[in-house]
Amino acid sequence: MALKLADYRTHVFNDWCPGCGNFGILASLQMALADLELQPSRVAIFSGIGCHGKTPHFVNAYGIHTLHGRVLPFATGAKLANPELEVIVHGGDGDGLGIGAAHFVNTGRRNMDMTYIIHDNGVYGLTKGQASPTLKLGVKTKALPKPNINEGINPVTLALVTGYTFIARSYCYDVVHLKETIKKAIKHKGMALVVVQQWCPTYNDINTKEWYNGEDRIDPATGKPVPRLYRLEETGYDGIVHNPDETIPKTLAALAKAYEWGDRIPIGVFYQNEFVSTYQERISQRIADYPGYPPAKQVIADEHGKPVTGIRKLLDELKVTG
Amino acid sequence: MGDDFIWMAGGPQGSGVDTSANIFARACCYGGLHVYGKREYSSNIKGMHSYFQIRVSPKEIGAIVDRVNLLCTFDAESVVRHAWEVAPGGGIICDTEVLGTKISGIPSLPSPFFEEFNKTLDEKGIHPETVGDLLSEVKKSNVRIYAVPYLELLKEIGKEIGEEQLSKITRMINVLTLGVSFGIVNYEQKYVDKAINMIFGKKPKIISMNLLALNKAYDYARKNFKDAGFDLKSVETNEERIFLQGTQAVALGKLAGGCRIQTYYPITPAADESEYLEEKQVFEPEGNMPAGAIIVMQTEDEIAAITMATGAALTGVRSATSTSGPGFSLMAEGLGWAGINEVPVVINYYQRGAPSTGLPTRHGQDDLRFAIHASHGEFPRIVLCSGDIEECFYDAARAFNYAEHYQTPVIHLIDKALANSNKSYKMFDPGRVRIDRGQLLTAADISGKTYQRFEFTDSGISPRLPIGTPGAIFWYTGDEHNESGHITEEPMMRTRMVAKRMKKLETADREIPVEERVNFFGDEDASVTVVSWGSPKGAILEAMDMLRKDGQKINFLQVRIPHPLPKDYIEKVLNKAAKKIAIEGNYSGQLAGIIREKTGIPMDYFILKWNGRPMSADEIYKALLLITQDKAQTRQVLTGGS
Repeated sequence: MALKLADYRTHVFNDWCPGCGNFGILASLQMALADLELQPSRVAIFSGIGCHGKTPHFVNAYGIHTLHGRVLPFATGAKLANPELEVIVHGGDGDGLGIGAAHFVNTGRRNMDMTYIIHDNGVYGLTKGQASPTLKLGVKTKALPKPNINEGINPVTLALVTGYTFIARSYCYDVVHLKETIKKAIKHKGMALVVVQQWCPTYNDINTKEWYNGEDRIDPATGKPVPRLYRLEETGYDGIVHNPDETIPKTLAALAKAYEWGDRIPIGVFYQNEFVSTYQERISQRIADYPGYPPAKQVIADEHGKPVTGIRKLLDELKVTG
Repeated sequence: MGDDFIWMAGGPQGSGVDTSANIFARACCYGGLHVYGKREYSSNIKGMHSYFQIRVSPKEIGAIVDRVNLLCTFDAESVVRHAWEVAPGGGIICDTEVLGTKISGIPSLPSPFFEEFNKTLDEKGIHPETVGDLLSEVKKSNVRIYAVPYLELLKEIGKEIGEEQLSKITRMINVLTLGVSFGIVNYEQKYVDKAINMIFGKKPKIISMNLLALNKAYDYARKNFKDAGFDLKSVETNEERIFLQGTQAVALGKLAGGCRIQTYYPITPAADESEYLEEKQVFEPEGNMPAGAIIVMQTEDEIAAITMATGAALTGVRSATSTSGPGFSLMAEGLGWAGINEVPVVINYYQRGAPSTGLPTRHGQDDLRFAIHASHGEFPRIVLCSGDIEECFYDAARAFNYAEHYQTPVIHLIDKALANSNKSYKMFDPGRVRIDRGQLLTAADISGKTYQRFEFTDSGISPRLPIGTPGAIFWYTGDEHNESGHITEEPMMRTRMVAKRMKKLETADREIPVEERVNFFGDEDASVTVVSWGSPKGAILEAMDMLRKDGQKINFLQVRIPHPLPKDYIEKVLNKAAKKIAIEGNYSGQLAGIIREKTGIPMDYFILKWNGRPMSADEIYKALLLITQDKAQTRQVLTGGS
């Protein structure tokens, strides 16, 4: 029986603020899962702490709501042990780029075959609106007593230099674009990052839906707002590495695009490179049986509880007499 | 010379002290002798002082003693540091070159050392200026000095092997002094050759170079030091024995116990275990099973190490992480997540001198209370403590049974003295390892049923299903949750859920047999009872033997699972004791405090040590003797070891 959108929903009451950008992300995720017809029991949705953290509770799939900033290593452990799981990681901007920055960097280096979706709204919503690591220097959102004193981290540029092999940006209100981006990320072989520009109707009064829509910028010719977001693919930009020689030029091109912000903000795939070996492939180089007999599938004892791990040879290596 | 013989090699770090000690120990093992080795090193890569003490005996031994029979020095500092440790009738091997070295001019000797050293000299009323002067004084207590022209001998060896480069041949000082040592004790060369072959493995050129150096030094010693008075004899044995260090025992126990994911961040002294596991990661196929393998993941920090191991455990795999105090401090938050989510994860915790960076390469037992209490909130955990290297093996396997059966984190406390000591043992028996996976379900078990991960049960244990299992969906969260794993803040659910989790500790307390939780040694009817945990075990047992030879009755309660504490049993033993003595490698007597908390019974005496060095049998014996003679203070602080 074909899987439908409803198969990915739970009955848990959703307590996000009315108008929260998370609704768009949740809907896009569920639509992506339905489009790909992924069996809910094969999917594991991980999240960190923050408003995004409740995402797994609203999705009918295995859900693991972890610690602040630590979602990537939790997810990595599960994927490593059972590579058959479709692991989708949700994180916040503070979660992944502040407290969890070390994991953000090192997860890129490993290139595990997982998808990482960052809900980026520039504020710590659940603690009432402090500046997140992605908020730009000098910006004063309404809960801040003073303007932001730190420069903002750009997750796209950071991902480009830390080994992520699929890097895209999308927008919480453009659910079709976001759904398609998530699908590409899931299908990508390697570590995929999707940064979702998201508004926080309660605490971020600067990067609002109206701001993204460009309602402060009326085209005199048409009398209509000029949206700040534009689609990379519509400009002829191609971030896909088609042969390994393109790796550096495409990385540099993506970096240039990633620096665009303000009145023109690109969304779409900045960079994709499937020539880099995944962590699973690297492990398989060392452990030939890994793909077919991963840790989670290994039998460790017979029916009497007797261990089946052959350590006799290792003990013999330590033998000194007899 | 009595039953045992103690050899010590000392030299700058990076000069091959470990290698020579390993060869010495193995050669003794090959000759049927039992060996116990203690390694001391600094938090430094090259140049600081390190030493390795090897005690050999025809009988099995499990501790160090405060005595050296033959001190083998690579440099002046080693002579100055250890000369007074050599027992009458013993000897010191040194380089003729160092005899003229001014003691005050040895740059790596720190001022706190001199404070102690000068005190000793003042007591003896002597004031040696040079290493040679010092040795002349030491000689007066019937210690022989074997001064050997290291460089001259090495140059001769260099000529024979066609290697004239000084930096290359001086690298063989360790083997040279080893050859002199074996020559002096007149040990059979075939065992030494075998050890050299083993240690230098697949490098024939290195083997032949070192064999040549060793034999030359051996002959030199036989010729020049004929009347040494030592005679280290091999003994016949048919027993199958292994020689290993604590980290290897833990690693092997984990493999036998079915560990398939190991995470770690480099830290002393835990990292050796992970490196050994990675080297041996693919197993031999057993029967018609496919060859399994363990994945060893070096993470970006210990936070990632515990959370990655926990994430892996959710899939049903047995996973663990290995660390030391500073790393475990970082793991506190992750531990709590595993606790509230009832995840079986094992932490092998190698204590060292603490707090903070403390003594990074030195021994300590300061972290028992931390292991029991780390992380905010209340959740069950099981803490088990190994007392020797063999226990490390069986405990490392057993830790997973507790973790899976009670679905909770298990902390396996080890310490530096166990990690870096090595010992000969009768071959371990992997057949003694049993695997209990607890209530681990499969898709077939839940077919047609509604499954809830945190279902309320009488024991507090809910049947467990790996994530990814077809036919079920559930959630995990570090928030308080309901039976299916969704967030709740409802007061009734909170009350029940906390109680459900804590119930598991009561279940464990009821179910785990006392034999797995304590070891009892000695005389049932003794009025003196020693209570301890961890690595002091070996030294306590030997000290007890000495006391019993004096006609003193004594018994020893070794606590192997301090949490949940087998309080009824402990109470029963302690109630019979007139003198209750806690022996621990920390300042406050942490186990004694826990026992008092749970039983109301205070200890009468404390024998404590926190100087970064393991306890020796001699110092425990002396401390116990004072107690039995009613001459002891309530607290005796041990300070032995260099």
